[in-house]
Amino acid sequence: MSAPELSPADLLAAHRSMLEIRQFEDEVQRLFLQNVVRGSTHLYQGQEAVAVGACSVLREGDTMTCTYRGHGAVLAMGAPADRSLAEILGKADGLCGGKGGSMHLTDVSRGILGSFAIVGANLAVTCGAALSATYRRTDAISLAFFGDGATNIGTFHEALNLAAIWRLPAVFVCENNLYGEYSPIASTTPIERLADRATSYGMASAQVDGNDVLAVREVVWEAAERGRAGEGPMLIEALTYRQRGHSRTDPAAYRPDGELERWLERDPILLFERALVERGVATPNELATVRTEVEREIKRISDEVRAWPEPRPEARFEDVLV
Amino acid sequence: MSGIPATYREAVALALADEMEADPDVFCLGEDIGAAGGVFKTTVGLFERFGPDRVRDTPISEQAIVGAALGAALTGLRPVAELMFADFAGVAFDQIANQLAKYRYMSGGQATVPVTIRMACGAGLGFAAQHSQTAENWFLNVPGLMVCAPATPADAYGLLRSAIRNDNPVIVLEHKALYAEKGEVEPGGMVPLGVAEVVREGHTVTVAAPQQMRHRCIAAADEVAAEGVEVELIDPKTLAPIDMETIAASVRKTGRLVCVQESPAAGSWGATVIAHIAEHALDDLDAPPALIAADDTPIPYAAPLEDLWMPTEERIADGIRRVAAL
Repeated sequence: MSAPELSPADLLAAHRSMLEIRQFEDEVQRLFLQNVVRGSTHLYQGQEAVAVGACSVLREGDTMTCTYRGHGAVLAMGAPADRSLAEILGKADGLCGGKGGSMHLTDVSRGILGSFAIVGANLAVTCGAALSATYRRTDAISLAFFGDGATNIGTFHEALNLAAIWRLPAVFVCENNLYGEYSPIASTTPIERLADRATSYGMASAQVDGNDVLAVREVVWEAAERGRAGEGPMLIEALTYRQRGHSRTDPAAYRPDGELERWLERDPILLFERALVERGVATPNELATVRTEVEREIKRISDEVRAWPEPRPEARFEDVLV
Repeated sequence: MSGIPATYREAVALALADEMEADPDVFCLGEDIGAAGGVFKTTVGLFERFGPDRVRDTPISEQAIVGAALGAALTGLRPVAELMFADFAGVAFDQIANQLAKYRYMSGGQATVPVTIRMACGAGLGFAAQHSQTAENWFLNVPGLMVCAPATPADAYGLLRSAIRNDNPVIVLEHKALYAEKGEVEPGGMVPLGVAEVVREGHTVTVAAPQQMRHRCIAAADEVAAEGVEVELIDPKTLAPIDMETIAASVRKTGRLVCVQESPAAGSWGATVIAHIAEHALDDLDAPPALIAADDTPIPYAAPLEDLWMPTEERIADGIRRVAAL
C-alpha cells in the first residue's frame, strides 16, 4: 500500500504551501533585521518539504507538535499566515494573543498543539495526545517534529520508549538538518543514521530524503497508517538542510565551503517544481506566476499585520490560571 | 461530620476511585500504581476496579509521565499523574515548570490544562536527602501552577477531588509521614482549593502551618495554652495560590504571626506570607513575625539528626512563646 495519489490540484496546493512557508520565513527574516521582530527567530528555509509532505497526511482529529523552528509546520497545518505573523509581531490578534511569539505558535483548533521551545519537550506531549486516541479508541494519530539535536536529550528516550511500550499512534519525524544549533551533528552524535535509534525501542523506522516532498509524504503516510491500525509508533529521519543559520543573525560561518551551495542545488521547492513540470502538472511559467502571487500575498499580509493593534496592557494578567 | 473512618492513605485511594467513577475521562498514570497498588499503597484496588487503561503503569520516566499528562489533557482527558516521591519532580521540572504551567498562558488561553500531579513528600521517616523534601517551595515561583498540601484524611480526600476537577495544573503533595493518619472522610465531599482553614481559634498569636507541622503545632499550642498563650492555628491547605486573606484577618485579630514549615527558609511560602504581612499589614503587627523553618541544609539521614533538622514540637512551642512575649 502506498499513500493515495495527490490530484494535480493537491500537488499545486502543496507547492503553494511550500512557497508560502519560504516567503513567510524570508519576510520574518527581513522584519527581524529591521528590529520589528523581537527576541529570536529560528527559520525554516530549506526544510519546507518535510513539513508540507508530513502534514499532508494528517486529517481532522490528528494532532501535531513541533519546535521553536516551527513556523513551517504550523503553516503547513493550515494556520492562517496573517495571524501567525501577527503572533511573531506580538499583536493582540496573533494566534496566541501575542503572549507566545515566534517560538510558541499554537493553534489548538487546527490540531496544532504547539511549538515547544525546550528541545525534546514536545515528544512527551505527543505521547499524551496519542494516548488520548488510544484511550478513546479513535484512529487519530499525533505527529511530532523535532531536530537532530533532540535525539540527544533525555525526553527523546523517555518519549520513544513510552510510545513503543504502549504502542501509541505516534509519528516521530526527526528533521536532520545536519546542525544542532551551531554544532555539526557528527560532533555531538556517535552514529550517522539517527533512524537507527529506533531499534533500541523495538520501533519501526525509516530514513527519507527530506527535500523530496512526495517521498516524505509517502513514508509519513505509512507511519500514520501503522498508528491508525494499532501497530504502534514510528521514527522517521528526514534528511534535509537548514539554509540559514541557527537563529537571529547567525551567519552560519561554521559551515564548510561549498556545503550550502550543494544543498541549494537540491532546494526542496526547486526539486518539486522540476517534478511538477516533468509530470505535466504545470508549466514553468505557471509556477513562476504562483511564486509571484505568493510573494505579493505575504507582502500584503505583512503590511497589513504590522498595523494590527498591540495587546491591551491588562492581557498580561489573563490566562495564568482558569 | 457524618463521615466514614479512613486513613490518609485510604482517603487518597477513595478520592481517585470516586473521581474515576464520576468521570470516564479521568485516568491515572505513574510508576507501580497498577497491580502493585503504588509504593505507598495509595492506589490499592484501582487497577482491579478500573483496568489497565485507566490505571496505567509507566516506565521510570518522569518527564514522559508529565509530558504525556499534558498531551492527554490538551486532547480532552483529565490525567492524574503520580511521581512517587516529590523529590523526583526535579527530573520532570521542565515539563512541570516550562510546559505544563505555561501552556495556557503562552497559547493565549486556547486550552485548559486539567492535570493533577500527585507526589509523596516530607521528612521524618529516614529516607535521607533525596526522598524526604516537601518540595512545595520549588513551585511557588512558577505562575500557572496550583499547589496543595493536605494534613488530614478529610483534606487528602477533598483536596484531591477538587484538584482533579480543577481545570488548572494542580500539584498535590501527600505527606508520607501522614499516610497512616486516621480520621474521617465524607464521601462526595470536596475541600476547596485556595481556602485556608482556621483549625483552632485563639487571640494571642496566629500560627500558619500545613501538613506534619500543623499536627506538631496543635501539640505545641496545647502546651503553651497552659501558660495562657492562645494560638490561632491556620492550615493554609493550598500553598499556591495561598489564602493570604484568612491569615491577614487572623493577624488583624492577634497582632502576631508565626509560620512553621518543614523546609528551609529561603524562598519559601512562610517567608512569602511574612513578607506580605510586613508589606501590607505592618500596622496590624504588635511584634516581629517569626519563621520557624527547617535547617538550611540537605536533610540528614540519621534519626537524631533528621529529628533536629525540622521544627520539633519543642522548637515550635519556644518560638510561639518568644513571639507572644514580645
